[in-house]
Amino acid sequence: MTELLLSPLRRLGHTTINAIWRLGFISRFLLAILRYSGQSLLRFNLTIREIYFAGVMSVIIVVVSGLFVGMVLGLQGYNTLSRFGSADALGALVALSLLRELGPVLAALLFSSRAGSAMTAEIGLMKATEQLDAMSVMAVNPIARVVAPRFWAGVISMPILAAMFNVMGIFGGYLIGVVMIGLDSGTFWSQMQNNVDLHYDVINGLIKSLCFGIAVTLIAVFEGYDATPTAAGVSAATTRTVVTSALVILAVDFVLTAFMF
Amino acid sequence: MSADHFIEFRNVSFAYGERPILNNISLAIPRGKLVAIMGGSGSGKTTMLRLISGQIRPSAGQVLVDGRDLASMSHAELFEHRRRMGMLFQFGALFTDLSVEDNVAFPIREHTRLPDSMIHDLVIMKLSAVGLRGTQRLMPAELSGGMARRVALARAIALDPQLMLYDEPFTGLDPISLGVIAHLIKKLNDALGTTAIMVTHDVHKSLDIVDYVYFVSNGEIVADGTPEEIRASPSPWVHQFMWGEADGPVHFAYPAGSSLQQDLGLKGSQHD
Repeated sequence: MTELLLSPLRRLGHTTINAIWRLGFISRFLLAILRYSGQSLLRFNLTIREIYFAGVMSVIIVVVSGLFVGMVLGLQGYNTLSRFGSADALGALVALSLLRELGPVLAALLFSSRAGSAMTAEIGLMKATEQLDAMSVMAVNPIARVVAPRFWAGVISMPILAAMFNVMGIFGGYLIGVVMIGLDSGTFWSQMQNNVDLHYDVINGLIKSLCFGIAVTLIAVFEGYDATPTAAGVSAATTRTVVTSALVILAVDFVLTAFMF
Repeated sequence: MSADHFIEFRNVSFAYGERPILNNISLAIPRGKLVAIMGGSGSGKTTMLRLISGQIRPSAGQVLVDGRDLASMSHAELFEHRRRMGMLFQFGALFTDLSVEDNVAFPIREHTRLPDSMIHDLVIMKLSAVGLRGTQRLMPAELSGGMARRVALARAIALDPQLMLYDEPFTGLDPISLGVIAHLIKKLNDALGTTAIMVTHDVHKSLDIVDYVYFVSNGEIVADGTPEEIRASPSPWVHQFMWGEADGPVHFAYPAGSSLQQDLGLKGSQHD
């Protein structure tokens, strides 16, 4: 009976201690990345290469998704606004929704699924096939050579991808509102211009995406580096990257929104 | 420590958590010699290589390389020690996103400031030494297991190391590749004058090329000697290992703790 009561408690304790331990480990891991970033950034071609794989290769999915999200916003926004006779404000609605929330959040979710999972799998497989050990034995620090370039590539790529998402989203809203429904083009753009503030909306949105970039890429490289070096271990780490990133993006978004707007 | 010993283990013990791997091991490896460490799977051989490369530290005792205790080295000194060392991993551990040329050039690019043309020439020479000149542009996925092992060997010797560590260099190779790799290891050792330690359980091929052998079982050295001494050894352990016998001092079956009848749920069974 006592065992029956104690067992869930013990599990809860174990899970809590494990979570705190991982939080400590990921913090130390971030410090190690920052410590060796100097060496890594001096050879910027390594980071450029990773920007290509993580950032450039994610452009298509981000751009296409941004276009569709903008088109949906245009349709739904027009339906709602026209009930109140405010269809002219569609440009402002589309732009503010994208710049403040949807752009940074959805681009980060797409980035974590497309590039974050790939980073985890790649680093995890390098660990499983002793490539990281080989590097270390050759007196080359894997954090400086493998992890830091990927981390900075993610941090640099994320705001640029979010900006592309926003641009395409606004274009999608324009296609629906102006080209398809027939709203006045001048009104669409002037409403947007009047209601969007560069610092308050655009810069805050980009700061958000920078924070998401740091969080998502840190989770991706950490999960890869910490993966159990087996096929099942790498698979579990990749799943954890996508799930944890999604939760962290939404939680961080709430905190940032509360402070920013 | 004698000046002739490049590597020395002094009463070294090592455990992963509560699980002991090595127990009070002492051995000395002379400079310039090719020494094999043999033993069954899980006997602690690879752990010894990891101790020498400084990837792990002993729970007790000292590992000395060229007279210096690895545990007393700073991070920078440890990396300096590794620069003078080459290691061939069990399955090569080639970087899968780099071509053969970039793999072999990797340690040279990381540790020297040589111009690209000179690095290219060095890579060609190293690949030529392992009989793979002409494969520079291939990717690791395009190589056979034996070729990948030879490329990894070329990478390991890229900076002309003073110490070579070979982790199971013969595992999974066909007889021709095995013979070629064994010949290369011997040739490189003679030509470069490196001290080399080879962890293996391929007894017969190893005895043909090494200068000295240590047999490890359950984390302890159970026999050692020159290949001639090992071949003539009366030790039942050596005999069992050399001839691959199921019966002997090494138990083949895992200690199950219950009899087969008990596990199958048959009545009237007794504990083994």
